[in-house]
Amino acid sequence: MLLEIRNLSVEFGPVARPLCAVSDVDLEIGAAEIVGIAGESGSGKTTLCAALVRNLPKTARVSGEIRFDGRSVNEMSASELRQLRGREIAMILQNPMTSLDPLFTIGNQLGEVLATRCDVPTARLREREVELLRSVHMTAPEQRLRQYPHELSGGMRQRVLIAMAGSTAPRLLLADEPTTALDATIQEEILVLFRELRDQRGTAIAIVTHDLGVIRRICDRIVIMYAGRIVEEGPVEVVFAAPRHPYTRALLASVPVLDGDRVQLQSIAGQVPNLADLGDFCAFADRCPLAVDQCRTRAPIASAFGDRQRVFCWRAGEVL
Amino acid sequence: MIATQQNAVAARNSEPLVSLSSLRKEFPARKTSAFGVRRKVVAVDDVAFEIRAGSTFGLVGESGSGKSTIARMILKLERPDAGEVRFEGRGLWQQTRAQEQDYRRNVQAVLQDPYGALSPRLKIRDIIGEPLSVQRKGRAEIDATVARLLQTVGLGKDAGNRYPHQFSGGQRQRIAIARALSVEPRLLVLDEPVSALDVSIRAQILMLLREMQQRLGLTYLFVGHDLAIVRYVSEVVGVMYFGRMVEIGPADDVLRHPRHPYTQRLVSIASMRQALGHERLTGELPNPLAPPSGCHFRMRCPYATERCVDEAPLLRESSDAHRVDVPRGRVDVPRGRVDVPKGLVACHYFAEIEAGTKAATGPKPQRPA
Repeated sequence: MLLEIRNLSVEFGPVARPLCAVSDVDLEIGAAEIVGIAGESGSGKTTLCAALVRNLPKTARVSGEIRFDGRSVNEMSASELRQLRGREIAMILQNPMTSLDPLFTIGNQLGEVLATRCDVPTARLREREVELLRSVHMTAPEQRLRQYPHELSGGMRQRVLIAMAGSTAPRLLLADEPTTALDATIQEEILVLFRELRDQRGTAIAIVTHDLGVIRRICDRIVIMYAGRIVEEGPVEVVFAAPRHPYTRALLASVPVLDGDRVQLQSIAGQVPNLADLGDFCAFADRCPLAVDQCRTRAPIASAFGDRQRVFCWRAGEVL
Repeated sequence: MIATQQNAVAARNSEPLVSLSSLRKEFPARKTSAFGVRRKVVAVDDVAFEIRAGSTFGLVGESGSGKSTIARMILKLERPDAGEVRFEGRGLWQQTRAQEQDYRRNVQAVLQDPYGALSPRLKIRDIIGEPLSVQRKGRAEIDATVARLLQTVGLGKDAGNRYPHQFSGGQRQRIAIARALSVEPRLLVLDEPVSALDVSIRAQILMLLREMQQRLGLTYLFVGHDLAIVRYVSEVVGVMYFGRMVEIGPADDVLRHPRHPYTQRLVSIASMRQALGHERLTGELPNPLAPPSGCHFRMRCPYATERCVDEAPLLRESSDAHRVDVPRGRVDVPRGRVDVPKGLVACHYFAEIEAGTKAATGPKPQRPA
């Protein structure tokens, strides 16, 4: 396994009344695998990503273990972390404007990445920069190198970031809401780039998003988070066809579809719970139509189904 | 609620509540140098459609296609450079003062960002009651209306005494809807009302909007980019590309059997009928400062020809007018029916494309100047 997370918990706030942004997460990502991490705001998906590269604020209390390629991320020294971030694990964030420096040209910023991370000699920088932009299908790459971020559209900026992330042929790419700010046709193009990166460089990709459509379109496996915990995980075809956790079912039933007859939407009653108020029981119990007494007293344990599907629900095994 | 009764009656007759004719809006672009030519961006170019009372018109398009500019012109926040917006047959810019006041009451907006839409310093009670005090209603009446509205949108009574920061995004959008409904409007302009919300909350708000429409006989202009959501709420859909309407017609028709190559691409992506990477984005996006001649979509269209370069396609009929059920859903109200317009497509070759006889000729790029 490329990435192994065991019992990861991240807490913030006072020790007596902690806010658990991530609790007891077990997750594995294999080489060249594309995994979608789905969840609503406050479900802990972004905190999970930050924990992977040890990029949490100092106030966070982390427990559990993260192993990348067999090495423990928690025990890495500063120089090992520098090697990890950017070279072995690349990141792409939601807003492509804030990830680029407005004062430097695209060529400047690409050159910096190539020189520091890939040790490209100055004489060959230009050539490699153009190559990189070609690899993400940018039109007129020579001209783009002289442009500033504000001269590019959102989709083109995201392409530049993917080019930067891919320049080191990272083992793992963390993409946090990479397509949320983009139009549908551009989003499709960005997803194609992700798949090319995986196919050509063997990069594993973790896409964090609330858009189930994106996950269905490109991912091999889906991990669904709710209130800081994993509630269900499994191969995309299996989970979308036969979701087992009531939250997954409700989530899929609350999204209108374009094909087929008009269906009645099902909404999920209630609100996402406050992370500070969670007890040691199922976090979805309050909104769950199937909740029984056990759900409100004990945290559900994982039940495994078929091919790598795991569900954290006391009633997952029942035919419903 | 007398106005509600009127709305319900109005919903049944099929006069257009709002009609737009040859609407055009330009914005000046910044000069590149002191001696440069003052250039302009045409945000909306010759757009016309009608919204029938009691129905929902869905306006779809990518960012920059001009859909929000149309919403702002209907809200009377922008003055069109040409063409006219009419409400119940009367032009918005020919209103007397009294008529304008009446119009501003009749038309309300719910916008995308529920965080920016509510004043952080006002209690919810005052936020929802503010439009009523502008209408010079008494304190007792305001309090009663606010309490009723809070209940209508599914918030507790005690919500009135709290501040916006104490609510989640979905709850804030409910508050924004309650405020819009406070003055008993006829038309709600909904500009991406669920885009900023979590998936599980979206369905709640969509269902609330539909229930409100059925109960109060409201008319909606729903601006959105998610085709599935627009199909869920709308009877009629208009698809915009780069300031122009490229296809318009009954929602099911347009979004299940699109005829314009641009709509076809949007639908193909949204429905995931084709595997990822099957349809690649060819060509380039048009430059708003130097729009292409002829059809705006020709630079990305798989079927473009010389004719598309020379001649901008007009909207032509693609299907017959018919009637659709409205409102739909489970709520027990009498179902009405509205006329929907004929399907219209702005493409020279839509019939050939539909028949499968048009060869893929590839996009036609901008000619060098």
